[in-house]
Amino acid sequence: MSVRAGTVTPPDAAPAVRLRAVGLRYRDVIALDAITLDLPAGRMIGVIGPDGVGKSSLFSLIAGARAIQSGSIEVLGGDMANARQRQALLPRIAYMPQGLGKNLYPTLSVFENVDFFARLFGQGRHERERRIAELLDATGLAPFAERPAGKLSGGMKQKLGLCCALIHDPDLLILDEPTTGVDPLSRRQFWELIERIRAARPAMTVLVATAYMEEAARFDWLVAMNDGEVLATGTPPELLARAGTRTLDDAFIALLPAARREGYRPVVITPRAARLQEETAIEARGLTMRFGKFTAVDHVSFRIRRGEIFGFLGSNGCGKTTTMKMLTGLLPASEGEARLFGREVDPHDLATRRRVGYMTQSFSLYSELTVRRNLIIHARLFGIPQAGIAARVQEMAERFDLTAIMDALPAALPLGARQRLSLAVAMIHRPEMLILDEPTSGVDPVARDAFWNVLIELARKDNVTLFISTHFMNEAERCDRIALMHAGQVLVSDTPAAIVAARGAADLEHAFISHLEEAMTRRPETIREAADALSAARAAPAPAAPAPPRLRRLHRLFSYTRRESLELSRDPIRLALAALGSIFLMLVLGYGINMDVEDLSFAVLDRDDSALSRDYALNLAGSRYFIERPPVRDHAEIDRRLRAGEINLALELPPGFARDIARGTPVQIGVWIDGAMPGRAETVRTYMQGMHQHWLQSKARESNGPSAPGLATIETRFRYNPDVASLPAMVPTVIPLLLFLIPAILSTLSVVREKELGSIVNLYVTPISRLEFLLGKQIPYVVLAMISFLLLTGLAVFIFGVPLKGSFAALAFAALLYVMATTAFGLLVSAFVRSQVAGIFAAGVLGILPVVQFSGLIEPVSSLTGAGRFIGELHPASHFLTITRGTFSKGLTFTDLKASYVPLALAFPVLIGLGALLLRKQAH
Amino acid sequence: MRAARNILHLGFKELHSLLRDPILMLLIAFALTVNIYTAATAMPETLHKAPIAVVDEDRSALSGRIRDAFYPPYFLPPALITAAEMDARMDAGLDTFALHIPSGFERDVLAGRSPAIQLNVDATRMSQAFIGSNYIQTIVSEEVNEFVRGHRASAQPPVELVFRAEFNPELDKIWFGSIMEVITAITMLSIVLTGAALIREREHGTVEHVLAMPVTPFEIMASKVWAMAFVVLAGSALSLNLMVRGLLAVPIEGSLALFFAGVCLHLFATGSIGIFLATVARSMPQFGLLLFMVMLPMQILSGAGGLIRAQTLSAGGLKQREGMTSIIDIVMQAAPTTHFVEYAQAILFRGAGLEVVWPQLASLAAIGMVFFAFSLARFRKTLATMA
Repeated sequence: MSVRAGTVTPPDAAPAVRLRAVGLRYRDVIALDAITLDLPAGRMIGVIGPDGVGKSSLFSLIAGARAIQSGSIEVLGGDMANARQRQALLPRIAYMPQGLGKNLYPTLSVFENVDFFARLFGQGRHERERRIAELLDATGLAPFAERPAGKLSGGMKQKLGLCCALIHDPDLLILDEPTTGVDPLSRRQFWELIERIRAARPAMTVLVATAYMEEAARFDWLVAMNDGEVLATGTPPELLARAGTRTLDDAFIALLPAARREGYRPVVITPRAARLQEETAIEARGLTMRFGKFTAVDHVSFRIRRGEIFGFLGSNGCGKTTTMKMLTGLLPASEGEARLFGREVDPHDLATRRRVGYMTQSFSLYSELTVRRNLIIHARLFGIPQAGIAARVQEMAERFDLTAIMDALPAALPLGARQRLSLAVAMIHRPEMLILDEPTSGVDPVARDAFWNVLIELARKDNVTLFISTHFMNEAERCDRIALMHAGQVLVSDTPAAIVAARGAADLEHAFISHLEEAMTRRPETIREAADALSAARAAPAPAAPAPPRLRRLHRLFSYTRRESLELSRDPIRLALAALGSIFLMLVLGYGINMDVEDLSFAVLDRDDSALSRDYALNLAGSRYFIERPPVRDHAEIDRRLRAGEINLALELPPGFARDIARGTPVQIGVWIDGAMPGRAETVRTYMQGMHQHWLQSKARESNGPSAPGLATIETRFRYNPDVASLPAMVPTVIPLLLFLIPAILSTLSVVREKELGSIVNLYVTPISRLEFLLGKQIPYVVLAMISFLLLTGLAVFIFGVPLKGSFAALAFAALLYVMATTAFGLLVSAFVRSQVAGIFAAGVLGILPVVQFSGLIEPVSSLTGAGRFIGELHPASHFLTITRGTFSKGLTFTDLKASYVPLALAFPVLIGLGALLLRKQAH
Repeated sequence: MRAARNILHLGFKELHSLLRDPILMLLIAFALTVNIYTAATAMPETLHKAPIAVVDEDRSALSGRIRDAFYPPYFLPPALITAAEMDARMDAGLDTFALHIPSGFERDVLAGRSPAIQLNVDATRMSQAFIGSNYIQTIVSEEVNEFVRGHRASAQPPVELVFRAEFNPELDKIWFGSIMEVITAITMLSIVLTGAALIREREHGTVEHVLAMPVTPFEIMASKVWAMAFVVLAGSALSLNLMVRGLLAVPIEGSLALFFAGVCLHLFATGSIGIFLATVARSMPQFGLLLFMVMLPMQILSGAGGLIRAQTLSAGGLKQREGMTSIIDIVMQAAPTTHFVEYAQAILFRGAGLEVVWPQLASLAAIGMVFFAFSLARFRKTLATMA
């Protein structure tokens, strides 16, 4: 950051970014094809082109978020391939990835989000507060500082993203589609804000990707991209001149290689025939939808006539989709009335659904079914007779140009083809009306126009009513009538031309903005003033003294700890699992399994029926282990009752039992055991032998007097757990297991979540090191695991009544070392997995198996051989188990157990070191 | 009729989707093959290579004989230690058993003075302590008897026990372990697959798409339940026949047709649980965590085992369910696994017939219906708020 004040690069000096033969491929797909390009410094540079042409890939390479595969990239004079130089450059670059709020944390408030980034860049408290206040004022977010980022509108999210990007005064600002899906007013405000910031910091280079050509026309310099290649570069007038067109949209199409333009036909709108004018297809009257306190749609009314193309224009989250869902009967309206073909929409009326085709926002067909199967299943569900299905599918395939791709999976198709498939599916049952929710977002201009040609044909030729939502102005202009929607309300509804004329605006966009401004409570002027305040503040910067490097490391580390704790505290499921999961499982184990085998039911087949034989049965019934059931009469009954599970064992006392014993003739007692559960059966056998021996001895004493000794006696001392009760044995065994399972799963999830949600990019593009990142994330889980440990110990001692005989301090210290190791293990696992589900299973299964099998839980480590023995000797759970048993049952202290602490203490640095080594600092 | 056709077609769609989900297919394959094999064969013998130490202060022929009587697989070769080492070794968990033979032991035995041997047992190791000490007592008395018989005649014990283990004469643990793993896999897979089928649609945004069609929530849910039940049923039938009866050579007593009829009812209930969990969880990972918290207790308390196989932690017995002593027992009556485990054990282990297991079958049917109705209500509500 110390660099920032000094580098005022004059425009047209050395390029800000220098790309040489940069290539990138994802498996077989070439994303970037040997791009060589210089991006001038101090300019506002736009990269234009439809989705999937490589804009985002290019940006992530320049920002250092993705590792370079081939070619070289120099940013601000430093080589991005060199880790050391990149590390030095990162504080000078700010990167806002594509997707609304992709690198933000949805559960954190606006302030907390910016604060996290400020801490990440090591800013002191005063500097942080000053900067955050300035930025929030400038972007108009100050009144919403406490609102969670996830609950902001699209425009506000992007402003927040900008605040987070600008917190450290970057020299290169990279914005990947910052305004896609944002309403035109917010969009205009966004660009005004950027202009003002640039006025205050003229040396800053801004690199923007956009799908809106109108915006691009205002930039200083443009790069047009297609299919991983640069089509053209230059100022907007230069590009227009080269293509010989009036608008950038047309220029882009003209610049495309000839093969891509083949079959392109500009959209021609045929006027609507007047004869059907009055018949109403859809009518909404005061339609309202509330989700809790939030009103998503607020008394919306409009009418769509049969055969009309009706457009719904508005930003993301303004209520377009919700309104459409109410009209299809997917959502019951909180208030108001929706009518389709003159009848009220009834969610349970399946007949109306057959008259409507609905194409949801984004591709929502089954990506795991082929194009053909998708068509067939929908044909079936819409009740097209089996005989007619094949013909109808064929017809749709031909009409929507799908014949060549019938057996392909949708995922492998370009976006334009997927949209055609969606439309074909929506049309399969010949609906009279089509409801299309943003059908063309992300589709390139050529495919978009082709799609519109089909729509117009449907409307005019087949007289299908079209209800379409969009956030593209040029598409709205093609509709017969449109409704402008904002914040759940319809601002105006009329033909596009009439709306423009009524406002006296230059075009539809300006008319829309004018309506929006009228609707907004907060006037744009105030935002402008705030931005002026910002530029004033920036003009006189108060450079804070940079913190010493070691302190900055800690700042960065704790910024992650803080953020992780905040996020965790707002995720009820994870928090409940972290805090109470172990307790819950221990309670279940403690109360649920009683491993003392007791109350075994037995029955006797007494063929002797003498005093002695009855005495034998009584001896058994008197023990706490056995319960006597009604006697049996024959072998068949033994078999039947064992089979029914009514008895666990049966005794057969032979005829002449008493007589033979008196004579000294050998006697055999038959014992039938239910062998279904072998473990229990063995215990039963052991009990039986014990009871038998006991009976024999007491009989011997009765006949021979008390002084008849055996050859030798064996005095058995059950140490540590004299009652051989299961709870005292289970508690010290289960604690290591539970303190492994849940902390490891949670710490794995903490990293993999970021991978899945995209915020991992903050690790890639900020100066935090891998070890700082891991340790910062680990701390809250170690704290939670220690709380868990205290609760488990408390539960064991106070609820289960298992005494802690040894030193608590020794146990607690070992637990700390152990949970540091188990959470580090989770972090290590996270280096290998990509999805959270895989993370849960990997940490759960990979973690638990060795603990159960090799750490002495079941069999002592000394009983193991080979690899198992080796793992057992090294595994931290083995050593922790020795300590839990030592302290709980054996009354030992630290000095008795010190040999176990050394390997336990070593586990943490080894695991976390490996984790840091395997974690990647860039996407690959 | 229409509804039945929709349920059928939507179910076929589920099967297709599942086929293309490599992670779930892998999970099914793993749970029904590798997992069953390893878990069944890894069921520890009650006494396997138990570590034993001997303090031999007698150093006589008899004490030598006793020492030599301990050998694998039941015991590790005994470590010869001094009395001073004994406590430290037991504290460190090196030995489960320590046998202390006093000096003059052989002399006293022959003189008929009935000397005492001390056996120290680490009773924190429930799995070895109880049964192992009995083994050791038997081994020591036999050795002493044999030794003495060489010197003087001794009387046979007049009364002996003849054990017959029904249903599993060798008390082979693989029989038990493998079948219990199949039972566990059935429950786990059906909850995971049905839940994942719903969450996948939700994440891909296809549920609302389906709902815009002339299809009811009941049809959607029923199609998922039947399709996933079918997969689990087919998978477990294959596994039971090829893995358990084939590879592991475990004989099965009862009627498989009766068993799988019960499996169907059980799947009806567990599939509904899967749907329910999927409506509570907002994402796949939350579903995974919920699964842990629901599956583990349900499995452990019903005696089916699960990730932590409860029986392995101790001497091997499971709580007898007849008593219904605690509130947990009563709550567990509502869990399908409780009845299913009893049902499966009765049929597969003991060869019980319908006349024995009909109460479980009735319970499963009742629970399944309640769960399905409850989940359907919840599913309808979730769909309404999902947009």
